Amino acid sequence: MFQFENLDAFMSMGGHGPYVWGSYGLSLVIMGWLALAPLRRQRVLLTKLHQRLQAKDRRMQGERNEGS
Amino acid sequence: MWQWFHKLGSPRWFYQISGKFLPWLALASVVLIVTGAVWGLAFAPEDARQGNSFRIIYIHVPASFLALAGYYVMAAAGAVGMIWKIKLADMVMVAAAPLGAALTFIALFTGAVWGKPTWGTYWIWDARITSMLVLLFLYIGIIALSHSFSTRESSARACAILALVGTVNIPIIYKSVDWWHTLHQPATIKLSGAPSMHPDMFKPLLVMILGFYCFYVLVLLLNTRTEVLLREGRTNWVKDLAQPK
Repeated sequence: MFQFENLDAFMSMGGHGPYVWGSYGLSLVIMGWLALAPLRRQRVLLTKLHQRLQAKDRRMQGERNEGS
Repeated sequence: MWQWFHKLGSPRWFYQISGKFLPWLALASVVLIVTGAVWGLAFAPEDARQGNSFRIIYIHVPASFLALAGYYVMAAAGAVGMIWKIKLADMVMVAAAPLGAALTFIALFTGAVWGKPTWGTYWIWDARITSMLVLLFLYIGIIALSHSFSTRESSARACAILALVGTVNIPIIYKSVDWWHTLHQPATIKLSGAPSMHPDMFKPLLVMILGFYCFYVLVLLLNTRTEVLLREGRTNWVKDLAQPK
């Protein structure tokens, strides 16, 4: 059963609201960052590798054209 | 057996297999943590002595559990990497450090915020809190150490040794509430005997702990996959990943 009389009581938590919501809020931010940061880093790593491979392809093509 | 061991240590095999688990782990973490948080915040009964501030327990205890369990994971991975020279184990060790540090920070932060309305102070140098702070410094030390060597081998060995020496701290954290008289309350959940908590309060906590375990495994896999991509960039299979189809 819902423990609070209304939404205001739920937010204020009998005066403990800032402590409770602050704890949950900061934890949510940190845990969201923990999960999303590696995904972003992986994308950056793969993009950089892709660019490096493309640059290498172009260089090799350039050498071949000079040779002919 | 040895072939299996060898396969398990292969970064490519790990990358492929772990990719299949990620969506399920993500789903399980979100469902369990959202359920546990809503249950704990809105539906669990209020604590007779601490009022609503006790609802912080649903973050504080799971985060502390995983901060400690995560240290074992990191130290064990370091030991395996050092003894059998398995590269993947070294990557797991490096992946576990920032995750453990973040969870230790959450445990300390929520503990401090919980302490204010309950004990009247955010911080006190008591045994449990101080040993948790030492745990945070151990994690940070390992992160710093892993960046301060030019070769991967010496970095891995130094981190593994620090991680193994640091395990001394873990039983101190567990036992601190029994060995010293502190403000921190004794363990709510014990392996032997019933939890010292009403079932209506305990059930959401159990859901949260399960959710945090799933979340831990999820982020550990994600971080390890990042390390794999970082270190195996010269191999053909990673180059294939980088080529858009």
